[in-house]
Amino acid sequence: MLQTGVILLCSFGYIGILFAIAFYGDKAAESGRSIISNPYIYALSLAVYCTAWTFYGSVGRAAETGVGFLPIYIGPTLMMTLGWLVLRKIIRISKSHSITSIADFIASRYGKSSVLGGIVTVMAVVGVVPYIALQLKAISASYLLIKHYPHLGSAQLFSDIPVFRDTAFYVAMMLAVFAIAFGTRNLEATERHEGIVAAIAFESIVKLLAFLAVGIFVTFGLFRGFGDIFSRAGAVENIRRLWTMDTSAAAYSGWSMYIFVSMMAVLLLPRQFQVAVVENVDEKHLDKAIWLFPLYLLAINIFVLPVTFGGLLRFAPGSVDADTFVLTLPMAAHREGLALFVFIGGLSAATGMVIVETMALSTMICNDLVMPVLLRIPHPFFSRQKDLGGLLLAIRRGSIVLILLMGYAYFHFIARFLALVSIGMVSFTAVAQFAPAVIGGIFWKRGTRAGALWGLVGGFGVWAYTLFLPSLAEAGLFSGRFILEGPWGIGLLRPYQLLGLDIGFTPTDHIANAVCWSLLINLAGYLGGSLFSRPTALEHAQAALFVDIFRKAPVVDRTSLWRGETSIRELQALLARFLGEKRTLEALQQYAVRHRFSSVEKIPADAGFVTYAEQLLAGTVGSASARVLVSSVAKEEPISIDEVMDILDETRQAIAYSHRLEKLTVELRAANERLQELDRMKDEFISTVTHELRTPLTSIRSIAEILSENTNLPPEKQRAFSAIILKESERLSRLIAQVLDFQKMDSGMMEWRVTDIDALGVIGDALNATRQLIQEKRIHLETFVASDLPRVRGDRDRLIQVMVNLISNAVKFCPDHGGRIVIRATTDGDHLRVEVQDNGIGIQPEDQKIIFEKFRQIRHSGRGRPPGSGLGLAIVKSIIDHHGGRIWVESRPGQGATFCFTLPLSRND
Amino acid sequence: MTRDKLKNGRLVAVFLIGLVLFNYPLLSLFNMDRLFLGVPLFYVYMFAAWLAVIVLTAWITRGRS
Repeated sequence: MLQTGVILLCSFGYIGILFAIAFYGDKAAESGRSIISNPYIYALSLAVYCTAWTFYGSVGRAAETGVGFLPIYIGPTLMMTLGWLVLRKIIRISKSHSITSIADFIASRYGKSSVLGGIVTVMAVVGVVPYIALQLKAISASYLLIKHYPHLGSAQLFSDIPVFRDTAFYVAMMLAVFAIAFGTRNLEATERHEGIVAAIAFESIVKLLAFLAVGIFVTFGLFRGFGDIFSRAGAVENIRRLWTMDTSAAAYSGWSMYIFVSMMAVLLLPRQFQVAVVENVDEKHLDKAIWLFPLYLLAINIFVLPVTFGGLLRFAPGSVDADTFVLTLPMAAHREGLALFVFIGGLSAATGMVIVETMALSTMICNDLVMPVLLRIPHPFFSRQKDLGGLLLAIRRGSIVLILLMGYAYFHFIARFLALVSIGMVSFTAVAQFAPAVIGGIFWKRGTRAGALWGLVGGFGVWAYTLFLPSLAEAGLFSGRFILEGPWGIGLLRPYQLLGLDIGFTPTDHIANAVCWSLLINLAGYLGGSLFSRPTALEHAQAALFVDIFRKAPVVDRTSLWRGETSIRELQALLARFLGEKRTLEALQQYAVRHRFSSVEKIPADAGFVTYAEQLLAGTVGSASARVLVSSVAKEEPISIDEVMDILDETRQAIAYSHRLEKLTVELRAANERLQELDRMKDEFISTVTHELRTPLTSIRSIAEILSENTNLPPEKQRAFSAIILKESERLSRLIAQVLDFQKMDSGMMEWRVTDIDALGVIGDALNATRQLIQEKRIHLETFVASDLPRVRGDRDRLIQVMVNLISNAVKFCPDHGGRIVIRATTDGDHLRVEVQDNGIGIQPEDQKIIFEKFRQIRHSGRGRPPGSGLGLAIVKSIIDHHGGRIWVESRPGQGATFCFTLPLSRND
Repeated sequence: MTRDKLKNGRLVAVFLIGLVLFNYPLLSLFNMDRLFLGVPLFYVYMFAAWLAVIVLTAWITRGRS
């Protein structure tokens, strides 16, 4: 079934399906039912990263270097883990500035510089055209291979096919038609192409299925599983060497460089920027895409090694190019259907890349290369022409054809002499040059236009010298003597071993060298240029807008940076020339509605509207051109750097102020919480105190009632009752005295009678006052008091109160039987230290701090609230504090508690 | 915002883990001519580490959209 007719029918049929899908996708988008607005399609569209180079080249590379094909996919996996940090920021910036290409991104960041935009475009085109050529080469080679079935020729057999009989040429033209039809259907301010994205997602499915199909066929059809392939491959010395990589430092650093370059490429390749940023429907899709896309990469690589080893085992060494194993293995096994499917898979990998890449490049060529030049030509055509939209589309279409022709020419004259993989890495290295300007641009405000310019030009120059020129020489365009001997015989300048550096994954690999030097020069240029140049006002503003994109309140209001005068009519006319009358009117009406103007005519031509107009234009012609256009109709007054700094400064102050406010709010909230807590404690205290007051009152009252009702009670009973009344009233007055004391102390109205006092006497008096209590509970009391205690200064009565309080507390918590209290008094340096120890239930560690607070009582499970007002310890603490002492408790639950306090000794001692 | 920051921090951590896993010197521990379950050890390590990074990323970004 592999006749030429069938193959061609399938190929063109497949491209026909792409047309249908893209058409359907566009129609769906127009009617508002987007078919691409989900993370799965987004992840699949990112897989446009996998080109024919992956499809055919991975196996070729694995046959040569073993694991050497993996960094190209591990790099993107790592970059995706940073998707939330880097990619999301780029997406957010691009959406808010209507940025539609990587060139526009860099131009816009560095002050809407058309020079930068142009340079980036040239770099991208020169860097990527070989990569497009690589896809054409893959299509052409695979077609020639499968056409000669059942003969398994070498892929390098396209010697001298005339252009018009070369399938690659026709495929290139069909792809041009596709890209023109769906990539430049009309001018969209957003530059989104749902039809193309849908088609690309479909292509990603096809190439994955095709590769998995051939992988499964080889692993389980030709061999008996992974183990079988590896054990057979292990028996061949030449294959076994692929199981490991070289252990030299050069190889490991080459490996790391590959990972790094691939990380950058997946972000910065024009086609990746197109699908990941421009075509992104919703940032949230990143959540799933940052692991689905790496999973896709993993899936498409699982069978690379089995296919490689299968091919190496099946074919005699050198008889079949390893780049073609994917196709030649099914052909050799006479699986015609599978071979055809694989061929289509390769076609899908190649076409997907070519379509998106040409489309992205054409936008860049039009917006960042051609338009800035045209706008500067003072030709009446450009100033009088009513509708320039048609011109824009024509330029884009023309550039698509031009890029594909360049790709084809490169393939026809150069690429066919080079291996697949080296071309791909050359392109990766070229786009990696954008890394400092882009990554630096979104995280470092100080990066300037001059820095970006120096970095890009320097890096690109080194790239051209170390990779591009040698590859042209190797293809035979000019003498390659400078590669081996260095220009003018200077060995240090040999491009592949610049300055003698020779790293690389394999000895013949020159990519790592070029990556190292070009990026070093690039970075040095970027940093140096940025630090030694003064940014303009616009650069400053753009830098702040880019770096601080996630700030809730923007640091710079864009409108505050524009001053000048224009009329709404002029701006409207300008917009209409690029967007057409209808779309312009729609856009103005939207603006009027959003800003609550009653009609379009009522819109003032103020800074806000000028910014809006510029942004509308930026989506169509790029930010640099939009800038030029708007300033051509708006008579702007130049705004000086000092004024920008003033604006920035004001905003910064406002931010600092709001930070202070936030802090104050937090403090206020804390204070409020504390107040509420105090309030709650006071309530609790009042209820405790009233309860405590009521108990003695109740008993006094009931006894008084008994006495008054029973006048003939026996005298001993009467005496007993009066004793109770007496005791209870004493308790009452004690409580009231406590509350009063506390109130006095709290409000600072306490009168202190400070004298030199003798600690021993204080303790003795306190013990006398509490002897009754201690004896009642049959508590064993021990006192250890040094006989030569020095005197302290203080209020004697208050200190007795402290001791009485601590002792009665200890009594309260002592067990009913076998209670024991120890009192110690010692001197500790210049302090008197007194301890009251009990063997009661102890105090939980978390309670030890709070028991000295007002109104605090510890609740014990099962024992409820201990009797007392909850003020005793607070009063004690106040007294000790007033004497300049310290009080604390040491306790472990269940092992009693020791209350300790210290008092400073009297000075005159 | 803090949740986003947390997620961001975790993803950056995964990135750093990935950098360590896929670079010298960790790489050299597995760069040896040996089979693991019938598959060359180096390949097993590569794909396992790769899958681990993917699974971690998926786990961090799971749920709530």
